Amino acid sequence: MADRTVLRETIPGGAMWSHVLRRHERIRFTDLEGGANVALLLFNRDQLLERYNMPDTLKAQHTAFLTAGHVLYSDMGRILCSIVADSSGWHDTVCGVSDAALVRAKYGDHRYQQHRNDCHRNGSDSLLVELGKWGLGIRDLVPNANLFSKVTADTGGALEFHPEHALAGATVELRAELDTLLVLCTCQHPLDPNPRYAPKPVELLITEGDPPGQDDLCRRSCPENARGFENTERWFGAGAAASAGGRS
Amino acid sequence: MSVPASAGLVRSALDPARASRHEVVQAGDPWVGRIERGQVLRIVDLEGNQAVDTLFYAADDLGERYSAVRTIAQQGTLYLTTGSVLRSALGTPLLTIVADTCGRHDTLGGACSAESNTVRYGHHTKHMHNCRDSFLLAIERSQLGLHKRDLSANINFFMNVPVTPEGKLTFEDGISAGGKYVELRAETAVICLISNCPQLNNPCNAYNPTPIRVLVWDA
Repeated sequence: MADRTVLRETIPGGAMWSHVLRRHERIRFTDLEGGANVALLLFNRDQLLERYNMPDTLKAQHTAFLTAGHVLYSDMGRILCSIVADSSGWHDTVCGVSDAALVRAKYGDHRYQQHRNDCHRNGSDSLLVELGKWGLGIRDLVPNANLFSKVTADTGGALEFHPEHALAGATVELRAELDTLLVLCTCQHPLDPNPRYAPKPVELLITEGDPPGQDDLCRRSCPENARGFENTERWFGAGAAASAGGRS
Repeated sequence: MSVPASAGLVRSALDPARASRHEVVQAGDPWVGRIERGQVLRIVDLEGNQAVDTLFYAADDLGERYSAVRTIAQQGTLYLTTGSVLRSALGTPLLTIVADTCGRHDTLGGACSAESNTVRYGHHTKHMHNCRDSFLLAIERSQLGLHKRDLSANINFFMNVPVTPEGKLTFEDGISAGGKYVELRAETAVICLISNCPQLNNPCNAYNPTPIRVLVWDA
């Protein structure tokens, strides 16, 4: 079978990265050492005003976390990426990223002047840098997904971070449903209780892929997602049979 | 769904007769207002079970807008009530909830839109009134320099969106009632953008959107 690899790259802990994932390409993230966190933002490459929308994603799928079978919705009723495989079972999307003040308070003041490239980095600054490379900025710093991190809430809403959740070798795989700009950083989760600054590396593997079939896991996981796929396929002029205004 | 006893239930001592602004926002309408530092904003659910979709922006730096996730992570809890500090993405305190007779408010459910309604309720709901259309009209009319890019995850005052320990999220009947209110003190001058939610497809407005009242007291 032909090698369908497009790109394989290891991102160190505390680093940032961005890339356009073409429609139906897949990206697999691997937590190489355990304890990784990937803060991820997603945009429609052709219309950067359209971007990952945490509330639309959660309420359409009646979930407060992400795993296989879920999709990542844009604010325009379309699917940016689907989660086609996941060994981890839970990815946070309600806690955002760290910032400079938080990282300084938790891990001390480690600046470039003293520490060179071992200086501490934080989530919001890292995302702002990477957003800037695409003409985006603070107005685009919306609620993100945190791959590999599990945070639960009790009935009163109190949050608990689960450090034992992120295992070495865990993988999660996304499939782009439209050309999607991914902007990410590998800084520690803002609620990570580890007292040490220890952001972990992840491996990225991008492969060519096939369009989702009618029996696709994500398409069939709920009626909402079937309509989300219809909306997305209309963006490409497909799905004329599911005409606008028709009940489904 | 029962709601745990909340430590957030706090009544206000402020006298509505001394408020400098009194405005009724009709069902389905937006509202935009500037709240100066130290002023107190009260939103009253006049008839009960009315979701009030709300965003805040630092008036002097519109890029500093309310961040649901920054607010949640910093307070370590999902729901908003008395004592919650509403923060921007960079952690700047914008407002503090100083009184609340409802007990808790949602900030995960976001605002309804034509596009998300098609996903959630069917393609036939595309042309129903919705909060994000109201937001867009309000910000374009107000000429403040806010645009679609500035619309992010909002607060839903009076709305009940419980998350279970297993991670299930549901829209439940409201826990609010006629006359309940929430009160916020501005920690810096802010622009407040409200959509008095017109959603008719779920119980967030008890299938009957109703008016709210907005009051402002000077510092």
